[in-house]
Amino acid sequence: MKSLAFAARNRKELLRDPLNLTFGLGFPLVLMLLLSAIQANVPVNLFEIEKLAPGLAVFGLSFIALFSGTLIAKDRSTSFLMRLFASPLSASDFILGYTMPLFPMAVLQSVVCFSAAFFLGMAVKVNVLIALLTLVPAAVLFIAIGLLAGSLLNDKQVGGICGALLTNLSAWLSGTWFDLNLVGGAFKTVADALPFVHAVNAASAAVSGNYAAIFPDLWWVIGYAAGILALAVIVFRRKMSSDAM
Amino acid sequence: MSAIIITDLTKKYGGRTAVDQLNMSLEQGELCSLLGVNGAGKTTTIKMLCGLSKPTSGDAILLGDSIVSDPYAVKSKINVSPQETAVAPNLTVRENLETIARLYGRNKKEAAEKADAMIRRFGMFEIAKDRAKTLSGGWQRRLSIAMALISDPQILFLDEPTLGLDVLARRELWDVIRSLKGKVTIILTTHYLEEAEALSDRIAIMAKGRLKAVGTAQELMAGTHTQKFEDAFVALAAESGANL
Repeated sequence: MKSLAFAARNRKELLRDPLNLTFGLGFPLVLMLLLSAIQANVPVNLFEIEKLAPGLAVFGLSFIALFSGTLIAKDRSTSFLMRLFASPLSASDFILGYTMPLFPMAVLQSVVCFSAAFFLGMAVKVNVLIALLTLVPAAVLFIAIGLLAGSLLNDKQVGGICGALLTNLSAWLSGTWFDLNLVGGAFKTVADALPFVHAVNAASAAVSGNYAAIFPDLWWVIGYAAGILALAVIVFRRKMSSDAM
Repeated sequence: MSAIIITDLTKKYGGRTAVDQLNMSLEQGELCSLLGVNGAGKTTTIKMLCGLSKPTSGDAILLGDSIVSDPYAVKSKINVSPQETAVAPNLTVRENLETIARLYGRNKKEAAEKADAMIRRFGMFEIAKDRAKTLSGGWQRRLSIAMALISDPQILFLDEPTLGLDVLARRELWDVIRSLKGKVTIILTTHYLEEAEALSDRIAIMAKGRLKAVGTAQELMAGTHTQKFEDAFVALAAESGANL
């Protein structure tokens, strides 16, 4: 009940910030249109929509970390959090309240991304629903990164870490823009050790109907999501009970 | 009956003692102003009493519950208006009020009724649908205080409630605070000595984390052999060598 009321406040704060909508929905869509236009004018298969859509869906989700991290960091920088901490909200209420509004946003973001892909020629098939499910761990991962960053950093630092570094990392190391095998070496080793390429591979496998190929990759994402979420919850609880929040 | 009993309340940050063995009690419905120069320990004291900061040692019992062993029970009985205006910027005035009411356990209907009552009480009809970030500083501060009152707290902490308000807005807020006297136990911090003198049943003066004196304005003037409350405050706050 209390966490729902807090979640409603957070949902309104997030949706009423025009930058969130611009970057969260607009930027991945613009990229999809741009890359599809490039694909239409080159003779080789650089950005096939069936590979591009899952990649941009994961890229779009990376902005969720920016939204959640910024909201928490801004609350921490004002007296509003002092008011909230003096209220009978428990740590669980806070964590649920901050994370709940982000799930529908993440799902909406992925739905919009795949819907745009349909208009750009991707076949409409049930596999896309499976792909949406495979993106849930990635959504949890980015929400957890936001919770962690928002608990530790100020809003400007969150903008730098989640807005610039994370979105670029999740883009360049996802295999969406180029085949990681072409680069190889340390770059590919690092990319394979991180969850972003695995999230894209799992969603791509679902889109293409290759269900057997989903899980080796999805385990990576689930592992990272669970680990970072646990860490974020521990850090948030510690910060809440300390004087430093 | 005592609403607040503070016993040896101490807060240390590393080697620095922010609040040093504070002892005092407040009766139910009493309004006590906490005065002191910057760094005297007023805000730290309020943070500990609100459960926002754990005491290094000592305790305070608020309406029968300990801030150390049961801060959650304490939080359901209190509310606070922080020193800086504390509102959700992208929510309207009404949404801010309803959100706080719901965080304190009211259902949607009750929260809407409570918000209506606060909007009436603080004359916020015309701005009820405006987002908080678009309000002037004075209106934001009024909203902040309305948010502190919407949960019907038994104990209310007002940290510099009239800071930055013009004279008229300040006097209006004084009327609101006066209307709470006898019903709500209030601890108020302020730098405006005339505000403390006008509103308080008793005044506590802190310096360097220690409670220097507590009593009515007249008692404090008599104890320091001064004619004006400002002189009494200076005498008490400067006793410990506090930097005025």
